[in-house]
Amino acid sequence: MTLAATLVPLQAVSFALVALGAPLVVLTRDPLRQALVNGVYGVSLVCLFVVLQAPDPALSMLAVSGIGYPLVILAAIARVRARDRRKEDDS
Amino acid sequence: MSRRVRMLVLGPGLLGLGALFAWAIAGLPAFGHYRGPYGYVLNRLVVPLRHTTNVVMGTNFDVRGVDTMGEEFILYAAVVGVTLLLRDESNARHVERHTRRLRNETVRLAGVAMVGGGLLVGLWLMAFGYITPGGGFQGGVVAAGAVLLLYLAGSHRDYSPFRDAHVLDPLEGVGAGGYVVVGLAALASGSAFLTNLFGRGTTGTLLSGGSIVILNWAAAIAVTCAMLLLFAEFLETYVEPLETEEAGA
Repeated sequence: MTLAATLVPLQAVSFALVALGAPLVVLTRDPLRQALVNGVYGVSLVCLFVVLQAPDPALSMLAVSGIGYPLVILAAIARVRARDRRKEDDS
Repeated sequence: MSRRVRMLVLGPGLLGLGALFAWAIAGLPAFGHYRGPYGYVLNRLVVPLRHTTNVVMGTNFDVRGVDTMGEEFILYAAVVGVTLLLRDESNARHVERHTRRLRNETVRLAGVAMVGGGLLVGLWLMAFGYITPGGGFQGGVVAAGAVLLLYLAGSHRDYSPFRDAHVLDPLEGVGAGGYVVVGLAALASGSAFLTNLFGRGTTGTLLSGGSIVILNWAAAIAVTCAMLLLFAEFLETYVEPLETEEAGA
């Protein structure tokens, strides 16, 4: 079996994981959990890029989906929740 | 607008989009059959001409270096925008805030250990970006993320040197401006903007690629400082008011 042939099942599994992960992100309702699920989905995309022999986009994806994006989302969630709590205290 | 009207608008739109999408997918080349000449040309030319074994970086910082300069300034503009919106000069920036440290020693130890490891990975990605996969952008984000772990596992005081705008602002400028300076140096020497000025060195070593090395480090400095500035502004605006509030409660 050639190297290309051994890669086909790996590619199929990676594509399947990405296809499963995307709806999971959308269907998660709680924003905090959604941020975490989105991080896991990002890792599945990283695996897909590696399997497709594109290590540079994989590293960019890892940096953006693992570090940059979750931090911004978590900060925004913390801000909104604090405002809600303050409103509850006032009422 | 009632639900019925919405569905009437949505239906044809979805159908049209679906038809166009199916048409586009049907016209794609078969999976794994790359047709464009650009990639083949670069794969043949970059290693012999530039001596960088990572063709992607040879392309980013040399063949289409002007595009990368634009991208670097997109990030620069984004950070300037966030800073202008969030930075509050009247707020005493250097007030020592007492917040709770993480209680769990094991988590703290693991976190601090990851600061060193992450920083090392980031520096490796930056330094060897044009030899193996990596580069200034990815390495910069990883290094900045590793430093942020210091905040999460340690305290405000441990992290405070890495959020000092008096240090980060000029460094960010040096990174972004350094890229342009290399381009202008080529202009001054009588060739085109961003022409590779230096010797190409030995293929597959850190001394390869000529100008690519300097451009890569300029991008690395710019991206690291940009991310640290973003973190600093977000922490200042979003997280700290929360923590003081909780501490008082």
